[in-house]
Amino acid sequence: MSGCYINGIANISAQSTSDFDQFLDEIIAYKEVIFKSIDPDYKKYIKPAAMRRMSKSVKMGVTTSKMALASSGIEMPDAIITGTGMGCKQDSEKFLEKILYNDEQFLTPTLFIQSTHNTVGGQIALGLGCKSYNVTYVQGAASFETSLIDAQLMLSEAPKKNILVGGIDEIAKNSTLLHTLDGHIKQEDINVLELLESKTSGTVCSEGATFAVLGAEKQDHSLCRMMDVETRNIASPQDIKEDILALIEKQGLTLNDIDAVILGNNGDVSFDHYFENLQNSIFSNIEQLCYKHVIGEYHTASAFSYWLACKIFKVNNVPSILRVNNIEAKEYKNILLYNQYRAKNHSIALLQRC
Amino acid sequence: MAELREELKEKIIEQLSLEDVEVSEIGDDDSLFGDGLGLDSIDALELIVLLEKDYGIKLKDPKEGKAIFESIGVMADYIAKNRTK
Repeated sequence: MSGCYINGIANISAQSTSDFDQFLDEIIAYKEVIFKSIDPDYKKYIKPAAMRRMSKSVKMGVTTSKMALASSGIEMPDAIITGTGMGCKQDSEKFLEKILYNDEQFLTPTLFIQSTHNTVGGQIALGLGCKSYNVTYVQGAASFETSLIDAQLMLSEAPKKNILVGGIDEIAKNSTLLHTLDGHIKQEDINVLELLESKTSGTVCSEGATFAVLGAEKQDHSLCRMMDVETRNIASPQDIKEDILALIEKQGLTLNDIDAVILGNNGDVSFDHYFENLQNSIFSNIEQLCYKHVIGEYHTASAFSYWLACKIFKVNNVPSILRVNNIEAKEYKNILLYNQYRAKNHSIALLQRC
Repeated sequence: MAELREELKEKIIEQLSLEDVEVSEIGDDDSLFGDGLGLDSIDALELIVLLEKDYGIKLKDPKEGKAIFESIGVMADYIAKNRTK
C-alpha cells in the first residue's frame, strides 16, 4: 500500500492561523461561549463577483483550499473531498426564513443553491474548473476524518493523484441558538482559555475551515505522513483505549514511540471523561496538547489538530497555551490525535514526521 | 420616474448583494448584464422574483426578461407601465 502524505495545509479559525508562518503567537481570549473565526482578506483569494453570494463557510472553504493548494504547489487537484457537520447553515436559515415570511412565495434561487452541504465543494470546483471526483461527507464530528479515509483509499488505488481534503463549519444565528437551548452550548459566558477547567455541561461554539492536499508520494515540502486514521460512531472509553493501542501496534509502534497526543477536550463535564480516561492512563507519560480552549468547538474542529501537528513537525515546538501536562517531548516524530463529540463520532489518527 | 430608477438601483444592490457598488455608479442606460454591471443568469431569476414581489408583475415568459432587464431605464419604464402595486 502506498503512503499518504500531507503536502500542504491551511486553516482559518478564531485565532490568527491563516498565516502558516505564524504559530499562535498572539492568542485572543474570548469571553463569550459563541465566537466567530477571524476573517482573512478574502478578496485576495476570491473575485468580488463570485464572493457576493458566498456565506461565511463558502468563503472560508474556498480561501483555505486555495491556500492549501498554493502551499503544496498543486494548481488542479484530482479530487475534492469535503467534510462538514452542518453544511451551509447561514443560507439554509435565510432560505427558511424567506419561506416563512413570504408565505412560501417569491423564493429566490441563490439561497437555495447555496444552502446545501456540498456547496463548499461545489464552489471550490467551480472556481478551479475542476470536473473530477467531488464528494462531501456529513458525519458529525468525524466528517473531516471520513473525508480523509476516502482520500486515503483513493490514493491506495491511484497513487499519482493529488487530493484536496477539507473540513468546514460555520456559526448561524438560529441553529446555534437551538444548541444553547438544548444545553450543548454552555449557559454561562466564560473565559474560553479556561474552558478545560470548566465544571459545567455543554461547550463553546465557534467556526472554521481546514484544507489539506494529500498525495501518495513524499515530496520535498511534505509536512507529515498520515500513517492511519480511524473513525467509530459509538464507543465506550475502554473501547477507545483498546482502539488506540491497536492502531499504534498496527503501525509496528508502541506507546513509547508516541511523542505527543492532541486531544479534543471541550470542557463539557458530561463527555470529557473520554479524554481524561486516556490522559490518566495510557497517555500519562506522554506530552498532552489540547486546542478547543483556543479555537472553540465545531463539528470539523478536529481538522485543526492536523494543522497543529503539521506545524509542530515543521517548527519542532509547541505554544505553551496548548500544553495540559508537564511533559515536553524533545522532538516530535509521532503525534497521535483523538477526538469525539458528545460520546459520538470518535476519530483516531497517527501522523508521522517525514 | 427618476425616483423609481433610484429605488430600483437600491433594490438591485441589496437583493443581489452588490456590496462594492454604489447607487451613483449605476447609470440609467448601463447594461445590467455582460460588460455593464456584470449580472448573470442567477441574478436574472432574482430580478424576476423582485418584479413579482415588489411590483406585482409576473413574467409569463422568462425570456421576456432579456429585453426588460436591459438597463435600469428600460426596467423602470416597464415597471411604470405594468405595475399592480
